[in-house]
This record gives sequence, C-alpha cells and structure tokens, in this order.
Amino acid sequence: MVLIDCDNLSVGYGGRRIVSGINFQVCDGDYLCILGPNGAGKSTLMKTLLGLIPPVSGRLQYGEDFTARQIGYLPQESLVQSDFPASVKEVVLSGCTGRLGFRPFFRKSDKQLAESAMATLGITSLKNKCFRELSGGQKQRVLIARALCATEKMIVLDEPAAGLDPRATDELYKTLANLNRDKGTAIVMISHDVPAAKRYASHVLYIGDNPFFGSASEYAALESLSAGNGLTTAGSASATHKGVKRNA
Amino acid sequence: MPEFVENLVLSLSLPFAIYALICTALVSVCASLLGTTLVLKRFSFIGDGLSHVAFGALAIATVLHIAEDMALVLPLTIVCAVLILRLGQSTKVKGDAAIAMLSVTALAVGYLLLNKFQAGSNIAGDVCTALFGATNIVVLKMSDVVISLVMCALTILFFVFFYNRIFSVTFDENFATATGTNAKVINTATAVIIAIVIVLAMKLVGSLLISALVVFPALSAMRVCRSFKGVTLCSAVIALTSSVCGILLSIMIDTPVGATIVALQAVVFATFFIIGLIRRK
Repeated sequence: MVLIDCDNLSVGYGGRRIVSGINFQVCDGDYLCILGPNGAGKSTLMKTLLGLIPPVSGRLQYGEDFTARQIGYLPQESLVQSDFPASVKEVVLSGCTGRLGFRPFFRKSDKQLAESAMATLGITSLKNKCFRELSGGQKQRVLIARALCATEKMIVLDEPAAGLDPRATDELYKTLANLNRDKGTAIVMISHDVPAAKRYASHVLYIGDNPFFGSASEYAALESLSAGNGLTTAGSASATHKGVKRNA
Repeated sequence: MPEFVENLVLSLSLPFAIYALICTALVSVCASLLGTTLVLKRFSFIGDGLSHVAFGALAIATVLHIAEDMALVLPLTIVCAVLILRLGQSTKVKGDAAIAMLSVTALAVGYLLLNKFQAGSNIAGDVCTALFGATNIVVLKMSDVVISLVMCALTILFFVFFYNRIFSVTFDENFATATGTNAKVINTATAVIIAIVIVLAMKLVGSLLISALVVFPALSAMRVCRSFKGVTLCSAVIALTSSVCGILLSIMIDTPVGATIVALQAVVFATFFIIGLIRRK
C-alpha cells in the first residue's frame, strides 16, 4: 500500500522554494534513504512530509487511512534539548500525546504501549534514568521508542547517526532494520552514509542537482558504474543515475 | 517575648496578613508551575518583560483614573504575552530583542506618564511600590484575595489537565505538532496564563522582582530532580515554602515582602546548586 506519493513536489519556507521536482513514493514496509549534499532541502522535505510546513507546489498525497499525524519522527540530535530534566519513561510515553483527544491523562493501554516500545528497543532497564544523562546512542533509542508510541506505520529520521560513534551507529542501523523487518514499519531516513544506505535501504532518493529515485540496488549498480568511469563525486554519479534510470 | 515574635503574633492576628499569606503562596505556586516550561523553552525573561508591560499599563490606568485598573492591565499584558511568544518563535534573536524592547519601552512610558500627569503628591513612593511591591502588606483587599484564588485555581486546573501535552510541547515541539498535538494552542494558553499570574503577582512582589517567582523555583528544582514530574512538584513545593517563609520573615524583621521572598529563593537556589554538585560527584 502506498503511504506517501509525491509528484513534482516543491518544498521551501514561506513560498520560497528550496528544492523542486521531487518525485517518489513510500509504500508499506519500505526503507527509504534520502541522500544529498548539505542545504539541498532534505530536512525541509521531511518537515513537509510531516505536515509542519505546507508544500510550495506539486502534489503530496497520503495513502488511504494514512495521515501526516501517523508519522513518527526523530529530529536532528541538536534539536533535542540537552539539559531537559525528563525520565526515559516520560519521554517515551509522550509519544502517545497525540492520541489523548480530550482526555487529560494517558490510558493504561498507552502505558502498555510505551512499555512494549521500550522492550522492543531494549531500553527497559533505563526506564527511570534521566534522559539528559544517557549516551548519544541510548538517546536515539529512547526517541525511536517515542516515535513507535506515536505510530508503527512509518518513522522519519533526520540524520540519526550524527554524533554517534561507529558502534552505536551500527547498532542503530540494526535496530531500524529489525523494526522494518519485524513490524513492517516504513523507515524514511535522511543520511550522509552512502554505504549504509546501500546496505540497509530498499529505496534511495537523491536530492540535489540531479535527482534520483529508485531501488537501492539500482543506486548501487549506478554508483559502481560511475566509479568505473572515474566519476566519483555525488553530483556526477547521480547524473549518470538519472540517465540510466531513463533508459531502464 | 522578643520584639520580632510579638510582631509576628500581632500581625497574624490581623486578617490582611492572612490574606497576604494565602495570595502570595498561591500566586507563587502558579508562577512556579509555568516557570518550569518557560525556563526549558528559553523564555525565562518573559516574566520580566511582561511585568514591565504590566507596570506601563498600570501607569496608564492611573493617569486615566480608571477605578478598576485590572480591567486595563490584564488585557494589555495578555496581548503582549501572546505577541512575545509568537515573535520568539520566528527566530531566537528576535524573541530576545522583542522582550527587551517591549519591557524598557513600557517601563519608560509608564514612568513618563506618572510623572507628567499624576496629581498625587508621592510619585516616587507610588513608582517604588509598583516596581518593588508594597513595603508592607496592608494594601491587599478582600477582592484581591478572591481574584487570586479564582485565577490560581484556574491555572492549576489548566496545568493538571494539559500536563502531558505541556510536557510534550516543551520537550519537542516539532514532534508534538507532527503527531497531532496542537502546540500553538498550548503555547498561547501558556502565554495568557503567565500574563494573568504576573499581573496578580505584581501587587505582591512588585514588577521588578516577578521573574524571580517564575524562574527560581524551576531552576532550583532542576539542580536535583531528574524527571519532569519531579521538577514540577519540587518547584511548586519550593515556591510555596519560600513564599510563606518569606512573608513570615518579612513581618518578623520588618523588611519589604517581595525582596525578602526573592532573597530567600536565591538562597534556596544556591543550596540546591551545591546539593546538585555534590550528588553528581
């Protein structure tokens, strides 16, 4: 089932477009990596997908029974306050806030959901710890658990590996791959990590001068092709991708 | 009996002292509840800015001879609170500057108006009272107590009812918005309520000292507590005890109420700061 369908989408702030001509789809169970240079508009695209800012032009369609509110979200590390006094339990449970409706407090089922999300991410033992005292990798797990409380359909992550050491990065990727496989949660991840994208993602969206959208294996094939031609920069690599995609 | 104990016993037998005690305790608890989210949102200065706006509005009300000054002060302060919060969200620097600009302008205009147009003989005394609070607490009327009671009840109700949403919006506004919490409504409501609390508190501690009631309890609690709930409860307790102790102390040693409470809160903060340092080791 198609969850998100973008057709010639332009995104930006206050009507000023940062990137245009974005075409891609996200289906149930997909693992999409969004690649591209800094300032290409990846984060802006993500905010548009989340419904935080309106699209400038083009079509952004959500699937049946699916809305922007059902997207769990993991912000860039720097955006989460580092000195916030909150326990892990409180942070995870806050993922359920959107479902409160007119009730002031969480239901028992919300609390159970938070417990099971913490169990899934292996952070049950950190439950009563203070969020600000956790390591970078642990923080990311807590935030993923929070996103899972909001939804199991789709999680969007903005450079989740930034600031993590290689081991924590590796664990994070494995956790996401497991979620994707076991729960069928669609993953949309902004990343600079091309090898990881080729390894874990099912699809790749490249945003930049020469956009590309296709399966990860296509992307990998194209990249090795361009490497064989002596083209190694991202821009020229994606130029080749685009050409090949047209031929395909 | 020592003189200060006599003072205390005598004062507490008078109804206005009890009124003041109740009002101050309630208002400071309300200020501390909202203080937690304001401090964490980097809006610590909103209390200061708004109290200056309230001072300016009070000056206008005095000059225009409006009998019920609240009728003008309250709406004007609320409008400014919403403005500051909205402006602050566009960019950080702008928010900072907006508060600074608004507060000094209001202060200047207020003092200017009072000096130019007020017929009263004791301008310096009036201004001093508005800025630093009453030197003693005789000025409170029964109606002030009733208004404080009602407003504080509303604030506490709002806070309890929206507690989970306030947490979510304070911790990560984008996530809250993306998953269906209306952050704008929560933010605006917070701004409105903080404006009300500040106008109420101005009568007690004066407009220059209000931000202490807003930020000190939360900052102290954040030194030692590790969860949001802990910080919230702890800051409410700190606010309650330091305001009650502050009033009793001010009666005993005959000092201005507002300044005594704030000084006491500064001492509490220093204590908690040290406790926090020791604990972390």
